[in-house]
This record gives sequence, structure tokens and C-alpha cells, in this order.
Amino acid sequence: MATANPTMFQASDLNHHNERVQRRYRLLFGLMTLLLITPVMLILGTLVVKGGGAISWEFLLTAPTDGMRTGGVFPALLGTIWLVTVALILSVPIGIFAAIYLSEYAGDNWFTRTINLAIINLAGVPSIVHALFGLGAFVLFFEFGTSILAASLTLAVMTMPVVIVATRESLQAVPPAFREACWNMGATRWQTIRRVVLPNSITGILTGVILEVSRTAGETAPIMFTGAVFFTPFLPQSVFDQTMALSLHLFVTATQVPGIEEQVPFGVALVLIALVLTMNSVSIAFRMWLRGKKKW
Amino acid sequence: MVDVAAPAPLADASQQAVAAVPNKLEVRNLTIRYGSEAALRDVSLSIREHEIFGIIGPANAGKTSFLKAINRMDVFTSGMRVDGEIHFAGRDTRRLNNVYALRSRIGVVFPLPVGLPMTVYDNVALSPRLRGIKEKAELDVIVQRCLTRAALWDEVKDRLNALGSLLSGGQQQRLTIARALSQEPDLLMLDEFSIAVDPVTTMRIEDVLKELRQEVTIILVTNLVQQARRLADRTAFFLGGECVEIGVTEDLFTGEVKDQRTRDYVEGRFG
Repeated sequence: MATANPTMFQASDLNHHNERVQRRYRLLFGLMTLLLITPVMLILGTLVVKGGGAISWEFLLTAPTDGMRTGGVFPALLGTIWLVTVALILSVPIGIFAAIYLSEYAGDNWFTRTINLAIINLAGVPSIVHALFGLGAFVLFFEFGTSILAASLTLAVMTMPVVIVATRESLQAVPPAFREACWNMGATRWQTIRRVVLPNSITGILTGVILEVSRTAGETAPIMFTGAVFFTPFLPQSVFDQTMALSLHLFVTATQVPGIEEQVPFGVALVLIALVLTMNSVSIAFRMWLRGKKKW
Repeated sequence: MVDVAAPAPLADASQQAVAAVPNKLEVRNLTIRYGSEAALRDVSLSIREHEIFGIIGPANAGKTSFLKAINRMDVFTSGMRVDGEIHFAGRDTRRLNNVYALRSRIGVVFPLPVGLPMTVYDNVALSPRLRGIKEKAELDVIVQRCLTRAALWDEVKDRLNALGSLLSGGQQQRLTIARALSQEPDLLMLDEFSIAVDPVTTMRIEDVLKELRQEVTIILVTNLVQQARRLADRTAFFLGGECVEIGVTEDLFTGEVKDQRTRDYVEGRFG
């Protein structure tokens, strides 16, 4: 031990080899990350370059005119906000409560396992299938007609599985020892959920909801059969009205209107993305505020 | 070694005096199964008011299952089945409807410290709050008293708003004890509390337990036989789901045992 071995810290061939391999893998992972960012940057860049010229307060705050060739996107912008808000009001409470039941109350038996499997499968159903389901169920069977309500319900059905899965995963990330400590004190399940489990999973739950906001705002298929229209001169007054929506408006201006200026559809896309990013930033800010309050 | 400052240990009391002390806990023919496998077989014992009752034994002896059965935590463990009778303060806990009231009378300390991810203050105030105490002044008093008794107050009094889960391991374990004390329990169950704690802190906690004996009954599960010897008035030896022997602690350690296995375990001759 006392006599220093001169070769002990000299790199062997194996060390060199390992070092080379690890550098190669780092390069691979880095390149993949770059590859991932590139299309996002290209899309955003193209939109800003080609659509930036269309953006003005007038574009945001007026209705389209002249067969949508001129004017703005205000009814569509307002419509998307309506659809997303109503859909979230419907799906988030139900999704979170169901997830709490499945994670905190339900036992592990064939019935809950079947439900879990169904939820995961439901999350993978294509949106066009949801659209047809919404048309059949909400528009025709419940006779809501093509309305914000029918469209939002369709969006809610579509987003709920993802909310449930995200919520359940954040709940289950809370260590069981915390729950047991609480139960041992004589706390009921609900007291344990309210005081220990939810405060420690709320940021994860919010992340799931944030992702859903983006998806809901961009969906086109589920709403075009159930509540969104190409054009309406009226702004929606209640959930029983039809509405325009940004995603559908983008589809229309990009493909259905001959002789339209190129910057209009790009402008619409830019507004849609900006709306989603704004909603996300608000949620992220809220999440960070919660975290700061917890002194995480 | 029995603390000289402590009240006369029951070990020295005559049989008559012992009989005068009421039983806090009576366990009759307790059998615990996980599926078809028995973790504890036909255990009967009684624990007296204000004694420290030690339970020693190697892993898989059924010690932790025993504690779980006492405060009815078996309902949270799927596949755990409990047969037999457990009387706590004269009531059959197996037939109790209000298990929450039972659990709130029993404080539990786990092998690994569980500092809940809330402030130190909230950790200790949690149980009083669950009981419906909202008054800040009242909570302040409880928090300070419990942290003081758990020998933690001096170390955390300036950072009561720090996160409990960020304290060191030893501090978290004392926080857990403070939390258990905040329940104002009749019975305190400690499950190998010193596993994650350094020897100095262990000694401090042991001193705390000796003082607590005057107010609460304590069940001390430990795999350190010397800890049982230092603290427990009486000790039970569990082995492979069987309660091999129950006796006055000092007798167990001076070789006055009925079963050879107890002697072997206590003397560290166990393969």
C-alpha cells in the first residue's frame, strides 16, 4: 500500500477505448437532439418570415372579409379560445378525479386493470374516429347540433385519457412511504391525498394539462364535424352556437380560397402557434409559482 | 444498562406489583398471513401500561407485520390477513369501526426516516391539524413541545420553514418522532428506528425514549439486541413467525431463558 505503483494511474488501452466509445455516443445523442430541434426551428422561422407581414392588431381583432381574402382572424381566434376553454373545463376535473380514484382508491384487480388498459387504448384512438363519435353522440343523439358544446365535448372525450394517464403517473411518483406515514397518524385517504399526495404531484399534473391545451387548440378533425364552421358572420354568444376556429380557418385559407395572398394562411398559423405558446407559458409560469411556494 | 434516573423498572417489581399495572395491549392467538404464507403464527402476549416492550429477532421474524396488525394498517396491504384478537385499551381493534381514531392514538416510527415534503413546522403540525386544531398559537405550542421532546428543537428552531425532507437523516428521524409525539399517542411503536441514524443521535433518541416511558407505552422493535437491553423492561424474541420467548429483559440477557434459541440469538451465536 505504502509504495506507490507508478503505472497505477496510467491510462491503459482499455481506458482509451472506453473513452473513445463514450465520445462517439455523446456525439450521436447530441446530433439526434440537433435533428430534433431543426424542424421546429425551420417551421417557426418559415412562419415568422412568411406570415409575420400579415400580423397586425387589425388582423387579430377584425373578422375576415371578401371571402376571407382580406380582414382578420378574430372570430376564429375567439372560437378556438372558446373550444379549448370549454373542453378543458369538461375534461380536466373528470380526468383528474378519475385518475385520483384509480391511483389512490381502487384496488389492483382485473376490473381496474381493464379500465387502465381501456384508457391507454383510448388515448391512441385517431382524432377522426373521435370526430365521428362526437357527430353521432353529441350532435345527433343528444341533439346539441353543431355547436361549441358538441365540439368541446368531443375534444374533452379525446383529451381525457391523456389527462388521466398523466395525472395517474404523477400521483404514483409520490413515494408510498409518504402515504403510509400519513395513514399511520390516523388520516383518512382523502386527508392524505389533500395534504400530502396532491401538493407533491400538482406540477406533474399541470404538465399533463399543458400538453393537452396545445393538442386541443390544434385539433381540426374532431371539431369540423361537430361545431366549427368555415365562416360565420356572428361571434358565438353561448356554447350552443357554432363558431369559427383557428385550425379550421387555417385549413380553409390554405386550401379552399383561390387567389388569397400567401401571407394570410401563414399569418393564421402564426397566430395559432402564438396562442398555444401563450397558454403554455401561462401554465408554466403558474407551475413555477407553485413550485416556488413549496420551496422545492 | 437501565437508566438510573428512570422510575423503578418493572424488572425489579414483584409479581404482585406487575399484576396491578393494567395491560395496554392484549394480543391473543395472532396469526398473520400473506397469501398462504404465514408471517406470524399464534402469538399471544400482553403489553403493560408505561413499559418499554422490546421485540428482537432476525429478519422475517414477523416483527413489522406485528406492528402493522396493531394499528390496522393491514387494510392497506393487499393479501395481508390477520386472525386472532388484539385488544387495545380494552377494545377489540379487529372489530373497531373507527380505525382512524385507533391509528391516531398510536404513533409509529419507521426504519427509514420519512420527512414529509413540507416544512418542519407543517410536519409536526400535521397531526394536530388532522384533529381539527387550527389556532396558530396552539399549534406553535405543540410544535415547539414535540420538537423539544424529540431533541430536535435547538437544531431547527431557526428554520422551521425549511423543507422537512431536506434535513439530515438523523434529524429527519427525530422529526418523525416529533411527528409521532404530536399525535399525543397512548402507544408509540418504533420499528428499527436507528437503522439510518448515527450512534450519537441514536443515544440521544434512546434518552428521549427513557423519559417518554413515564407518559406512553412503547413497543421497540429492534435488531440491535443491546438496544433492547438498554431500553426495554420486557423483551420478546420472535423467530421465523414464532414468538419464541417473552421475559424480563435482564433475564434474557443473563441467560435465564426457557429456550436455547433465545440464548443463542442474544449471545450472537446465530447462523
